Amino acid sequence: MQLFFDQVLNGIGTGAVYSSVALALVIIYRTTGLLNFAQGEMALFSTFVTWWLTDQGLGIWPALLGSMVFSFFAGALIERVIIRPVEAAKNPLNVVIVTLGLFLALNALCQLIFIKPGQEALQMPLMFPKGDISVLGLDIPKAILGRAIVLAIECAVLYVLLQKTKIGLALRAVASNPESSRLVGINPGNMLMLGWGIAAVLGAIAGTMAASRGTGGFDTSLMQQVLVYAFAAAALGGFDSPVGAVISGLIVGIARALTIQYVDFLQGIELVVPLGLIFIVLLFKPNGLFGRNIVERV
Amino acid sequence: MSDPTNLPDTPPAFATPAVPAAGAGRKVPWLRIALGLIVAVVALMLPYYNDPETNQIFCQVMYLALAAMGLNLLTGYNGQVSLGHGAFFGIGAFTAAILTVDHGWMIEATFPVAAVLAAVVGVAIGFPALRLKGLYLALITLGLAVLFPLVVKKFVEGPGGVPLLKPKRSQVGSMVDFWADDIYRYYVCLAILAVLFLLAWNLVRGRMGRAMVAVRDQEVAASTVGIGVANVKVWSFALSAAYAGVAGAMSTYVDRTADASNPIIYFQRSIEFLIAVVIGGAATIGGPLLGAMLLVALRRRTEGTEAMAPALLGGALIIVVYVLPDGIVGGLRRLGAWIRGRTSGSAPPGAAAEPTPSSPAPSPT
Repeated sequence: MQLFFDQVLNGIGTGAVYSSVALALVIIYRTTGLLNFAQGEMALFSTFVTWWLTDQGLGIWPALLGSMVFSFFAGALIERVIIRPVEAAKNPLNVVIVTLGLFLALNALCQLIFIKPGQEALQMPLMFPKGDISVLGLDIPKAILGRAIVLAIECAVLYVLLQKTKIGLALRAVASNPESSRLVGINPGNMLMLGWGIAAVLGAIAGTMAASRGTGGFDTSLMQQVLVYAFAAAALGGFDSPVGAVISGLIVGIARALTIQYVDFLQGIELVVPLGLIFIVLLFKPNGLFGRNIVERV
Repeated sequence: MSDPTNLPDTPPAFATPAVPAAGAGRKVPWLRIALGLIVAVVALMLPYYNDPETNQIFCQVMYLALAAMGLNLLTGYNGQVSLGHGAFFGIGAFTAAILTVDHGWMIEATFPVAAVLAAVVGVAIGFPALRLKGLYLALITLGLAVLFPLVVKKFVEGPGGVPLLKPKRSQVGSMVDFWADDIYRYYVCLAILAVLFLLAWNLVRGRMGRAMVAVRDQEVAASTVGIGVANVKVWSFALSAAYAGVAGAMSTYVDRTADASNPIIYFQRSIEFLIAVVIGGAATIGGPLLGAMLLVALRRRTEGTEAMAPALLGGALIIVVYVLPDGIVGGLRRLGAWIRGRTSGSAPPGAAAEPTPSSPAPSPT
């Protein structure tokens, strides 16, 4: 029982990372209507910024905060400079290509800027103390609890931001109808930049959490598999539902942990699980578990 | 090789072909024939004037171009975006490697097997792809490319536990006395490339090609004029995968390795193919070849600092989408049209047959 429970906890720990990235994907999908294949690498870059700040002597939390601020502006800049010019074309191939170009360039830039020749992996300081907390006779690692708390804070802040503030209202207005929102005096461009900024901040948190894992360092391949899991979570949640993304991220994380523990023939290829999930969801329930139905007009 | 660039590049889907029918009362395009001959002769003579290492690079350009051509058939002509062609490429590469290393096949004989296997997997992906469009399809196929090396790692055990297979040197050697190994391989690759590019060129000008373009541009309209949309899409997928599979087998043949030890290698391959298509020019015959040349040249330039090439490529990719949305071939075509427009105020319709600066490129060298 403890083993099963441990695996579920592990799943929640990794699931928190997937949820954050999936949230970022969903926010971008809702505001710009595109799948950002570069989300993982944007998060990677932010992670390297966090690492660089800790390397300069900052503690991990101030470093993360600094990286979040940086990511916000960088994300907004990417939207304004790189994404917006192709967005008008509405050609999926172009959008895919631009985000893939970003993917390649950001990954390579991390390698070029932050990793000195000959260096294998970088060490990120731990975000949470080691050790367990005992709750009702079950041991919960503090690191996992910490990640869950971070995710909960993310959700709370986003909820307040999107549902309770004027900016959030504007953001949602642009997502649902850019033309009408323009008529009531909202500048959709600014809102899109805001959306990308928020997504980049979420990525910074997710990347830093993923990198700060105690054993082993991290390198530029950190976020590549995470991205696939996050896409699975976003697909399961329906691509336009933040709540769905968070819950599905945790589901995907737990499913992965349990697969690794209990399904021997998928040893080493547990990536089949999220892919199968994406596949099934897109084929049979393309709006996901939490998404809205979208009627396409011909 | 005559000039395929005179395809109407954004045809009103069912317009009468602007391709001039050869013979019958038309002026013989001597200039194009001469140009084609020159390109063919250069392509045939090339390996004699270069060292084995350079010839291997030419072969790398060729397999890359072939895989890009495959992707071009699917993405450029049929409008289905795939990020999974690295996986089809890998299927070809490992089919060739496994059959030669473990079963002692002649590697040349594995090419058709690679094509068929890749096509079968292509159909298996193509059917569900019918329900997925644009970005979602890209997403699924992305997963395919990320998954492939992991699957190989699980089921293929190379020496030292690494999923890496190397055919013996004798297995990729020359079959004839009068050609050295590298020259022989060059000609094998050249022959395959020429045949498959010609096939693609004929295909896209014919009934199937027009159906593919029609499905890309207006699916509903295409179905109302009697095109079996599902059929066309699945066939495009199968054919495209087969091209990538042959290219993969060629890569095993040329580089003497099938390697899946790097978990994202085939995803990177997928992106490479897409880059070759986009930079060269989507939905053109010459584009993939040009793109492949550029890509290999860039990789050679930046050797040593391995992260430099992707950084430049990523940047180049983004810039190309802005300034040359139809790729190099498209840009050259517009340039050609502009020049013709300047020189002869009202060009006759036949002017399209005049060689544009891009004409040497499309011939399957």
